[in-house]
Amino acid sequence: MHWSTNTGVGLVAELTLVEAINDAFHVELGRDANVMVMGEDVGRAGGVFRATAGLLDRFGPERCVDTPLAEAGILGSAVGLCMAGWRPVCEMQYDAFSYPCLDQLITHVGRYRWRTGGAMEFPLVVRMPYGGGVRAPELHDDSPEAYYVHTPGVKVAIPSTPSDAKGLLAAAIRDPDPVVVLEPKLHYRTMRGEVPEGEHVVPLGQARVAREGSDVTLVAYGAMVPLAEQAAEELEGEASAEVLDIRTLKPLDEDALLASAAKTGRVVIVQEAPRTAGYGAELAAILAEKAMLDLQGPVLRVTGYDVPYPYWQLEDAYMPSVERVVDAVRKLLEF
Amino acid sequence: MAQVLPAERDLRRVIGDGDGVPDGEVEGLSEQDLLELHRWLVLLRTYDERSVVYHRQGRIGTYAIYWNHEAMQAGSVYALEREDWIFPSYRESAIALLRGMPASTILSWWRGHPAGWWDPRDWNVASICVPIATHVPHAAGLAWGKKLRGERTCAIAYFGDGATSEGSFHEGANFAGVMRAPLVLFCNNNQWAISTPVSAQTAADTLADKAVGYGIPGVRVDGGDVLAVYEATREAVTRARAGGGPTMIEALTYRVAPHATADDPSAYIDPQRVEEEKQHECLGRYEAYLRRLGLLSDEAAEAVRVEAAELMRTGIAEAEAEPPPDPGLVFENAYADPPPSLAADLADLRRILGAPSA
Repeated sequence: MHWSTNTGVGLVAELTLVEAINDAFHVELGRDANVMVMGEDVGRAGGVFRATAGLLDRFGPERCVDTPLAEAGILGSAVGLCMAGWRPVCEMQYDAFSYPCLDQLITHVGRYRWRTGGAMEFPLVVRMPYGGGVRAPELHDDSPEAYYVHTPGVKVAIPSTPSDAKGLLAAAIRDPDPVVVLEPKLHYRTMRGEVPEGEHVVPLGQARVAREGSDVTLVAYGAMVPLAEQAAEELEGEASAEVLDIRTLKPLDEDALLASAAKTGRVVIVQEAPRTAGYGAELAAILAEKAMLDLQGPVLRVTGYDVPYPYWQLEDAYMPSVERVVDAVRKLLEF
Repeated sequence: MAQVLPAERDLRRVIGDGDGVPDGEVEGLSEQDLLELHRWLVLLRTYDERSVVYHRQGRIGTYAIYWNHEAMQAGSVYALEREDWIFPSYRESAIALLRGMPASTILSWWRGHPAGWWDPRDWNVASICVPIATHVPHAAGLAWGKKLRGERTCAIAYFGDGATSEGSFHEGANFAGVMRAPLVLFCNNNQWAISTPVSAQTAADTLADKAVGYGIPGVRVDGGDVLAVYEATREAVTRARAGGGPTMIEALTYRVAPHATADDPSAYIDPQRVEEEKQHECLGRYEAYLRRLGLLSDEAAEAVRVEAAELMRTGIAEAEAEPPPDPGLVFENAYADPPPSLAADLADLRRILGAPSA
């Protein structure tokens, strides 16, 4: 990794997205002796994507734990670890392999604090690589955020840049509530960016204007943010597109969403997950409730389709593309 | 790793039948201990019987009856230390009485009132687990986490025969085995999961056999014999504290009451078998044992019953004296740091209800 100074503010490094996650772990485990990492292959192997590389050697097998292959057991025992004073960070190896942990997430993780009248905290993190476009076998490509966002008592963040990947994970680890972090695996190694060295926290609940614009807002999160940025470039000369990176799906930065809608008057939501009852529907509903008079046309969604994620020779047809986003924007401009 | 033997098949027993089967005794239990165990059994029995009455009177909601399960609860908790953690299912809803929790708290839980919330750390008793077996991994995690901290605390998780079919039971038991967590997996096998007999839950000969697959000892005990339950749990806890890892205890009993107040077992259970089993219910067996030893007088037994009845009278009075919960509580406690939308929702609700804003 290459270190340089960031205009006198502090040291920054040029890191890939997964290196930034690894950096967050090294900083946060070094900062708080109660933080531990657990999951399948996170120790000796350092994680199948190397997100937890070096933690076993540096922090020992009690704080970087190779667990049995059991997602409900991982999250369920993390609940008990919280009761013993730990702050466990659970890795689910892939998006679609996280589904067994939903039982624990829904029946206990999101409810236990409430069940104790707010007396006990469950400061655990569930993190996983998510999303498609990586030419992988079935069930390595899902975008399951809606299941998590729909669960009361749980917060959800999805970074789109290396810097945010580090900062949002750090915020999740320090948060007193359970937080699910979905990481765009498509960009784990293909995206590089400047990442502040040492402690770096991006507060939950704050969206980011990734690109300023005045005619239309492209609302996205995770792997769809760079896609929206490409679409915005494609539209240059035709329309000035703003790109709003939601970053935290719950709690949502509603002010940022409404401010951008008020500024541009047009909104296209880009979401990789299937359309029906996806997170984009929630954003569209909020805009319908609170931004009606600011809008010059309907809120449009560019999403995955309501089908199982296809085998990879077909995945490009499934995934939202620059062409589909540009097409939606043109429709909206003509409305 | 220690070699794990096949699970025990024979039911461990201490209490005789007053006839051909002689009484045994448990080393280390004084007369005072034996009488305290009796007090605990009566306390649990009284709570259960009064709760069924309270339900019929409309004073509590649907209630999961545990009549004839008291020996498993009292015997096992008596083998724990105060620092050890208890993870109850709904069948053990009143188990925290044995740690001194007010009856009103548990009655409030069954009344659907937030006064039924408790801080698990006050009693080292986790929240009542309503779904089946999903608390087994919690107990494994707590026990493992305490071990990681170098503490000597153990945990015990209670679950029924049906729970052993759940994935959560398997994942929790397996985690505990791998981590050598100081955990007691306590299965109260009352042979029925609502209407499903244990023969339809598993093809295994016994539930204790499952322990072998986790590399942990499995024992079977007569669940109606409070002393045998105590002794088996004490052995498991001693092993756990010494670093020997988890133990699975299968305590065999028979569910002689409906699954819950909402259940009518006449459709699926043989009433004659129920009547036979009732003749051997656990409190009566223990009282007969104490009387054979000359330890329990009619006066002493009556005094314990009076104490328990009084505790319940006080408990239900206190629970019923709780004011109706404020609607604002709907929005509290799910998050340390709630999303702003909850405050907006509460303000809106208060406006519609016409209540003064908080």
